[in-house]
Amino acid sequence: MVAANKISVDTIWRILKDIPDPEVPVLSVLDLGIVRDVIIHKDTAEVIITPTYSGCPAMDVIRVNIKMALLENGFKDVKITTILSPAWTTDWMSEEGKQKLKSYGIAPPNPVQQVCNKDLFAAQEAVQCPQCNSYHTHRISEFGSTACKALFQCDDCKEPFDYFKCH
Amino acid sequence: MLNQSTNQLINYTLHLADNALILGHRNSEWCGHGPVLEQDIAITNISLDLIGQARNFYQYAAELTNARPIRHTAVAGNGDVERSVTEDDFAYFRDSPGFKNILLVELPKGDWALTILRQVLFSAYQKKLFEKLKESKDVQIAAIAGKALKEITYHLRWSSEWVIRLGDGTEESHARIVKAIDELWGYTSEMFLPVEYELQMLNNGMGADVISLKETWMQNVKEVFDEAGLAVPSAQLIHKGGKIGKHSEYLDDILKELQSVARANPAAIW
Repeated sequence: MVAANKISVDTIWRILKDIPDPEVPVLSVLDLGIVRDVIIHKDTAEVIITPTYSGCPAMDVIRVNIKMALLENGFKDVKITTILSPAWTTDWMSEEGKQKLKSYGIAPPNPVQQVCNKDLFAAQEAVQCPQCNSYHTHRISEFGSTACKALFQCDDCKEPFDYFKCH
Repeated sequence: MLNQSTNQLINYTLHLADNALILGHRNSEWCGHGPVLEQDIAITNISLDLIGQARNFYQYAAELTNARPIRHTAVAGNGDVERSVTEDDFAYFRDSPGFKNILLVELPKGDWALTILRQVLFSAYQKKLFEKLKESKDVQIAAIAGKALKEITYHLRWSSEWVIRLGDGTEESHARIVKAIDELWGYTSEMFLPVEYELQMLNNGMGADVISLKETWMQNVKEVFDEAGLAVPSAQLIHKGGKIGKHSEYLDDILKELQSVARANPAAIW
């Protein structure tokens, strides 16, 4: 029984690897770091997830997509549980995910949590342009196309780009 | 006894939710009307965060309501007491007196100066409050507050920078922010005047002492005002009552819009 559970848990993690984030489809839910645990109870497969931002509208879709994928793969009783603590951080994003983001044209989060710097007009963090790798970039807007991104522009190649901001 | 303290916890959770929902809705009125595209996106992103916080609190209030042994008609307008309640019942099917938000958040959005100033006043308060609630004995309140804190820190920094730009900007921008201070200041006291459910939550270790938040809040606001060349006004007439359901007509206007679709088609699924 223990062995069977282990196989199921591994299978679920493998399935999750192919479920994309609906807003940044180049990332899987695992790359994003929002899956916190997978537990097999007696007859139930439970996946525990946490939102990136309190208001992230993708969460409802992600919940449905995970459930559908597990049902399609033969799991009959699936439960998706959302937890809020500990709060999600970009530190949980996988290295592979950061590389995928960059090749997709989105600058990955810097390792330092600049958002915690509450100083007003604080020096802007150096964000690397995902197109030409230049650090000569500037922030256009602290908020971007989704809750998790800010808008930047490269001063060298002039391309505007999304930055997956530290959180 | 147990029931009564659960009721107060529900009231308290709704108070936190209503503050976030109503300000989130007010800010969302800028969608498509922001002064420039980037700031339109910024203020609506803040709306999204606030409405997300509200949903977390409403979902918890629904969970608490459904767990009670006897279901009362906690949700006005919902005659079916057998059915369990959801977050939507709280957002869409309560009338104005059922809402527990402070009056500050329901005032019309005004001009950009007023919207920005209100965000600073509220975010600074929310930040101090949630830093305390993060340690709440109620684990779900603590989790929601902890989750929201990073977002709030970002809101506060962004809106504070705007108040400084406007205060330290042109004659016109300075005049507008001064006018906004004059209009909003009388609504700030309500944040620090606890009502019964807040006191009870404080006593059982689940809430926060809002009276004690005033000093650090004032310090924070004063720092921003100093930088912006703005003066903190002297005491004004205090407007309060929102926390116990006594609202201005402005809340009715919001609810008319916010609830119209859900009420026109209560069986709709989204």
